[in-house]
Amino acid sequence: MPQMNMVQAINDALRIAMKRDDRVVVMGEDVGRVGGVFRVTAGLFDEFGDERVIDTPLSEGGIIGAAAGMALYGMVPIPEIQFSDFIWPAYDQIVSEVAKYRYRSGGEYPCKMVIRTPVGGGIRGGHYHSQHPEAQFIHVAGLKVVCPSNPYDAKGLLLASIEDPDPVLFFEPKRIYRAAKGDVPEGAFTVDLESAQVVREGGDVTIVTYGAMLYECLDAAEKVAGEGVECDVIDLRTLWPIDVTTLTESVKKTGRVVIVHEAPKTCGFGSELVSLICEKVFYHLQAPPKRVTGFDTPFPYTLEMEYLPLSHRIVPAVLETARA
Amino acid sequence: MTMAAPNPTPADRSTPGPLRVLLEDGKLDPEHDPKLSLDQLVQLYEHLVLTRVTDERLVTLQRQGRIGFHIGSLGEEAAIIGSAYAMREQDYIFPCYREFGAALMRGMPYQRYIDNMFGNANDPVRGRQMPDHYTCRAAKFGSVSSPIGTQITQAMGFAWAARIQKQDLVCLSYFGDGSTSSNEFHNGLNFAGVFKAPVVFFCRNNGWAISVPVERQTASRTIAEKGIAYGVPAVRVDGNDLFAVIAVTRDAVARAAAGQGPTLIEAMTYRMGGHSTSDDPTRYRPQTELEPWVSRDPLERVRAHLEQRGRWSPAQEEALRTRIDAQFKEAVAQAETTPPPALDTLFDEVYGTLPWHLEEQKRELLAGPRAPKAH
Repeated sequence: MPQMNMVQAINDALRIAMKRDDRVVVMGEDVGRVGGVFRVTAGLFDEFGDERVIDTPLSEGGIIGAAAGMALYGMVPIPEIQFSDFIWPAYDQIVSEVAKYRYRSGGEYPCKMVIRTPVGGGIRGGHYHSQHPEAQFIHVAGLKVVCPSNPYDAKGLLLASIEDPDPVLFFEPKRIYRAAKGDVPEGAFTVDLESAQVVREGGDVTIVTYGAMLYECLDAAEKVAGEGVECDVIDLRTLWPIDVTTLTESVKKTGRVVIVHEAPKTCGFGSELVSLICEKVFYHLQAPPKRVTGFDTPFPYTLEMEYLPLSHRIVPAVLETARA
Repeated sequence: MTMAAPNPTPADRSTPGPLRVLLEDGKLDPEHDPKLSLDQLVQLYEHLVLTRVTDERLVTLQRQGRIGFHIGSLGEEAAIIGSAYAMREQDYIFPCYREFGAALMRGMPYQRYIDNMFGNANDPVRGRQMPDHYTCRAAKFGSVSSPIGTQITQAMGFAWAARIQKQDLVCLSYFGDGSTSSNEFHNGLNFAGVFKAPVVFFCRNNGWAISVPVERQTASRTIAEKGIAYGVPAVRVDGNDLFAVIAVTRDAVARAAAGQGPTLIEAMTYRMGGHSTSDDPTRYRPQTELEPWVSRDPLERVRAHLEQRGRWSPAQEEALRTRIDAQFKEAVAQAETTPPPALDTLFDEVYGTLPWHLEEQKRELLAGPRAPKAH
């Protein structure tokens, strides 16, 4: 089985999807000749030509608006937003148009597409190349939101997203684009949307996370194990609709939960996770749920390692929760 | 020493006059005559009247409190009916929100339109949107949304997709002069220019965006000249001249279908009514501004032409209006007695299949108390 990094796995998924269905097109800024600023679409331009791997004018609103029209026609656009920090000019098209088309047209105009966009910090990118804006999209009726943490899931979840009938926001944690490596089967396979994965098992505390922070959580889990605290580490993989069963089953077992994400704390996805846990398994809780997140500040450049919820902040939070 | 001449104001510069085919004397300019048969012309006139009468009746219905809202096309019927008529069977229309006349002409059933006004169980969009936010894919007519201009870029994408898939299909997008200030106007025209998408951008320049006059939308002398910057050929047309609108739209469709790319059409017309039933135009525009447009009424002009050619009489006019009245009354009676959409349809079609959280919320709604009847 070939070893791949995230970039190669996503590229492989795109190639498979484009080969088997000529309705699939990749579009965005620099996705063509240069193969994307992270090289995720490398080689596709030469293989499929400029009508299926399309360098567009530099306008996120235009990319998603045009992709919406293509989707309404019946094509399967996979627009790329170069950094998720640049997605806001397209927010109107995503939220009011793409996400609502099926509903508002009484089912006559589904608007299926997969919007790929790199997310997250730790790459010395400062405010405009580091944010993790999943919460603003999870809140939107009609969207699905996915965020893989490893090459296998990246390929399987992307192919599942492309097959899904609904618009999907596919967040790619850029900090681990090349750092996360692993075995990835050749050919097509899917990882079910709405399926979380328990990556490490332990009975004392549940750590819930996704994307690049998975590795920080695993590191923290290893460290607290040295102090006798064993953790379930859950990688959500699909953020919405969430696999709520895996989440609640783990919390029922441990009674203690720490949620880790890069995005700011207030109204971050962690808020919804805590609410779900309280609504569904409140009486199993033995300690207050805890969130370890980015701060409610703009994303900083020089002090980014202080901003991110890395292992050194997760460890004390887990210990405190375990001993509460 | 002499004073330098002041810079010319935009008004001093000449602007290209809009194309006109139906002349003052009721005759047609042979150079641009779209050469409609008299039967076709009668049919078109009937659509114009259907649109006008339906519009007027819906305003009354709203004033009576029987529907919540209506957004009409009073005075702009020729721009709408003429352009929609010029589209071929396979072509698609991406509407703004004033073009119900086009949807009806393209085949949206009259009853479904009136159902949409009531948001009842037979409304094609199941009561999910305000009145006048209908959809009819069977008529190759898009879905109406309220945010300005979003359909412009989508029409471009739809047309572009058809070209990539090698289908002979042209899209037309409607929008008003206000929309030309939006990001989407820029995105749509820019992308279409770059990719030579087979799309027709049809601007109903009706002078007003709610209370804001077109001079507050742009310092350009015309909307049409904006096309130049995008490499998109543009044309100005008398939007109250059914013949001229058909002629320029047909040309634009032919260019698009021949692979020559997009066209921007600026149809000069006038919004004779308020923005919608929620608007009171007497608060911001003098009645005198309407007067010259009354004599340019697009319906009167076609009728005068038909009468001149001996193909229309007052008796026919009366019969037509009686027929439309009856059609309207019947549709309203049916729509008004149709129940609202079933409660569980609230959750349908948010996604392709119902996810667990909506399933949960649906159960909660169905098991819970019912809301008081607000309207």
